[in-house]
Amino acid sequence: MRWVLYLAMVVLYVLHNDLWYWDDAQLVLGLPVGLTYHIFFCVVVAGLMGLLVRYAWPRDLDGEAE
Amino acid sequence: MTLFIIFSYLILVLVIGAWSHRLFRGTGEDYFVASRSIGPFLLLMSLFGTNMTAFSILGASGEAYNRGIGVFGLMGSASAFVIPCVFFVVGTRVWALGKRHGFLTQAQFFRQRWDSDGLGLLLFVVLVALVVPYLLIGIMGGGITLNQMTDGWMPEWVGGLVIGGVVLLYVCYGGLRGTAWANAFQTLVFMTLGAVAFYVIVGKMGGLAGAMDRVAQIHPELLVRGEGIHPINWLTYTCIPLSAGMFPHIFMHWMTAKSARSFRWPLILYPICVAVVWVPSVVLGVLGHVSFSDLQGPAANSVMVRLIDLHAPGILAGLLAAGVLAAVMSSLDSQVLAIGTMFTQDIVRHYGFHDQMSEKQQVFYGRVFVIGILVIAYVLSLVSNRSIFGLAVWSFSGFAALFPVMVAAVFWKRSTKAGATAAVVSVAVFWIYFFVQGWQTPGYTVGGTGVLPAAVMVVVSSLVLVVVSFVTRPPKQDVIDMFFSDRHKT
Repeated sequence: MRWVLYLAMVVLYVLHNDLWYWDDAQLVLGLPVGLTYHIFFCVVVAGLMGLLVRYAWPRDLDGEAE
Repeated sequence: MTLFIIFSYLILVLVIGAWSHRLFRGTGEDYFVASRSIGPFLLLMSLFGTNMTAFSILGASGEAYNRGIGVFGLMGSASAFVIPCVFFVVGTRVWALGKRHGFLTQAQFFRQRWDSDGLGLLLFVVLVALVVPYLLIGIMGGGITLNQMTDGWMPEWVGGLVIGGVVLLYVCYGGLRGTAWANAFQTLVFMTLGAVAFYVIVGKMGGLAGAMDRVAQIHPELLVRGEGIHPINWLTYTCIPLSAGMFPHIFMHWMTAKSARSFRWPLILYPICVAVVWVPSVVLGVLGHVSFSDLQGPAANSVMVRLIDLHAPGILAGLLAAGVLAAVMSSLDSQVLAIGTMFTQDIVRHYGFHDQMSEKQQVFYGRVFVIGILVIAYVLSLVSNRSIFGLAVWSFSGFAALFPVMVAAVFWKRSTKAGATAAVVSVAVFWIYFFVQGWQTPGYTVGGTGVLPAAVMVVVSSLVLVVVSFVTRPPKQDVIDMFFSDRHKT
């Protein structure tokens, strides 16, 4: 699972470079699509971070005395 | 009325700083890293608030005024992705090492990691030098906001002085605990009031659809990235948020975490918080053309404050301006505390001056050093007539280029002090070279190719680190044991 999530990080990095919307001025949800796309991108990143925290957390660190 | 609200807000921040002093436990560790007791909520607010600066509010809106909606992807969503990854991969491990060995500053961490006093001193000088332009944009942002909101009655130089003074007061009194509480409060203020500002201003412009239509008619190029942003420029901009892994103030906030678990919610919520702050800033920057058609050069820094002043009624305008100041001060405070701590720990205590000084004298000289650095930043703010966004990118580029050194410290046993030192020197040399080449050129890229200097410096410092490490003697086993032996496979 961990390696799948690491791979997902790479895929997200690639998806950040949305050349396909570079010159597209259509409005989606009232905003230019190039902006709306990156707002959704942030939401997806939050989801991925949630999965990383759940499935790829460095559990050895939890042992540090509080 | 506007001025009354702004000054009431500044007094409120001072009161919070003073109140948090009541929680002070009377130890150095409590003053510098809040006894490593900060939980997830306060950690999120302080990490996020510290990273959201005049750059994210005034700089982003000013840059969007000139370059359009692409600015959000260029820095906003790039930061939303890269920064939590940095916290996840590096921040949690650095926190654990700091907790285990009692580190308070980066120089302590790197000095012990490679058993090198010289490297610690070199990093101290380089990090403080790179913080100066970062402080500078905060002071500029405070000055611009107060100047605009008083219709020019308060000159920018007075505004910058007021903001710097308020921050200095509550940091000196409250230490990192006070800074964390003031940051949390101010982060909530600027996130809430940012949303209110967006709603009110867009409403006054006739709604989002109407305002976007008007921009589409007068400046359609601002609704796409088009020719305004080069794809290579876009790609290399993703190096810039790596800087969060080397900011001295972020390092100190990492150290405050109560446990590794404290990082979990901040990691998840950080990207959402970035969108909440950056989207209104960028959209209002673009919509600024509807009300202000001809803001030239650095004048675009003030587009957000001008919109507030024009569209929000008196009391609300004061509150919204306070929100902008909250963003400015929530970063300045951590930076000021970080350089004060670095001076006290890395110079005064490390070199034994504390044996000849009382505790009071150490604190006094620490504050004199901080004031000295603030004065340098303040004087530079008086003569600097640049884009806030551009100035910040220069500062971030240096920090980002140092990030490979942090990665090597945490993950690469074979890295050597010679390798790390050579990498830091390469960053200093290349940064100065690129700055001399490009500081007068807005949006400077290497040879006009679109490649940011930060990307070149990251590659160069990585190569230098690897090559020099391989040709020099491996570090001592006891040093490796100190940093790696307790680590279990995850």
